[in-house]
Amino acid sequence: MIEAAQIWSYLTQGPLVWLAVTLTAYLIADWCFRATGRAPWSNPVMVSILIVGSVLLATGTPYRTYFEGAQFVHFLLGPATVCLALPLYTNLGHVRRAALPMIAGLLAGSVTAVASALAVAYALGVRGNVLASLAPKSATAPVAIGISERLGGEPTLTAALVLLTGIIGAICVTPMLNALGLRDWRARGFATGVAAHGVGTARALQVNETAGAFAGIGMALNAVLTGIIAPLVLHLFQ
Amino acid sequence: MVPTRSLTMPPLLAAILTIFLFQLGGEVLSRLAHLPIPGPVIGMVALAAGFVASPRLLELVRPVAQVLLGHLSLLFVPAGVGIVSQLDVLRDQGLALGAALVVSTLLAIAVGAVVFELVARATGNRPPEGAERQK
Repeated sequence: MIEAAQIWSYLTQGPLVWLAVTLTAYLIADWCFRATGRAPWSNPVMVSILIVGSVLLATGTPYRTYFEGAQFVHFLLGPATVCLALPLYTNLGHVRRAALPMIAGLLAGSVTAVASALAVAYALGVRGNVLASLAPKSATAPVAIGISERLGGEPTLTAALVLLTGIIGAICVTPMLNALGLRDWRARGFATGVAAHGVGTARALQVNETAGAFAGIGMALNAVLTGIIAPLVLHLFQ
Repeated sequence: MVPTRSLTMPPLLAAILTIFLFQLGGEVLSRLAHLPIPGPVIGMVALAAGFVASPRLLELVRPVAQVLLGHLSLLFVPAGVGIVSQLDVLRDQGLALGAALVVSTLLAIAVGAVVFELVARATGNRPPEGAERQK
């Protein structure tokens, strides 16, 4: 028993165990996703986080220890973002022709995301640095964290709120837009990328390639616009 | 990037290196010019421009890009698990924050999509063939 504990404490200091846990959780989540017929509520990001989070809580492992191992997966987010050039290139013709709707949709979606989040949170009593952490939550994580720091927010809280935003968007987007009767894949994907960044983009890619390409552009444009809009709107609530 | 007969680079490694170099260029540009745009996003735009300029570049990168994008969800897991380190804030203000996230995310998607579609119709910008919802 003592030996097993020693082996465990040795292994958990390296990346191997945490990479294996991350991949196992994702494979289980991906299997659930396919087994439920790609149901939005069995979103693979959410199910994976629930599994890994449970493992960390059950083994009393600090998040910092886990991330030291899992950072090798996290690192690939950058290269994967670069690779969004592929659906962007494939849909370049559609993108060129849709400049006006994109600008309008970007402004509307970005302002709505920041203003409605702050209004609801403020009305329910959220103040101070938690409010500042919330303001940039629709932007992609690295950008949102940078904005949050500048506004006096809490970067780790912002990271959590960003991920939750993406998961909520990914789960709700398909049933909601179907109910609204919106059938233009460009509009659906673009708005999802603006409001729910990379996790929304991952969802859009699962549904339709054109939607995925427009989601990638929406995410990129809102990464820029949120840096301007979030401080302005936050100022109204302080 | 062009493999020659005398000195060949394995296509897989060449593709990975190409992606890294575009990201690296984006990071450098983002910092040098103090842009609010993250490096990988600049790399994405530059690589799309590279695909337009060179079909060979497209064929080189495509297989690796398809693998990475095919499991994009996996890459969000390590950052997402960070929620466990925020459980106390979420316990205290979780209801207010949850309401704010759900309302704002759904509203922003709906408003953004509706405005996109209205402007597209007003400017006679029809969705391309095959871009309509299939079901």
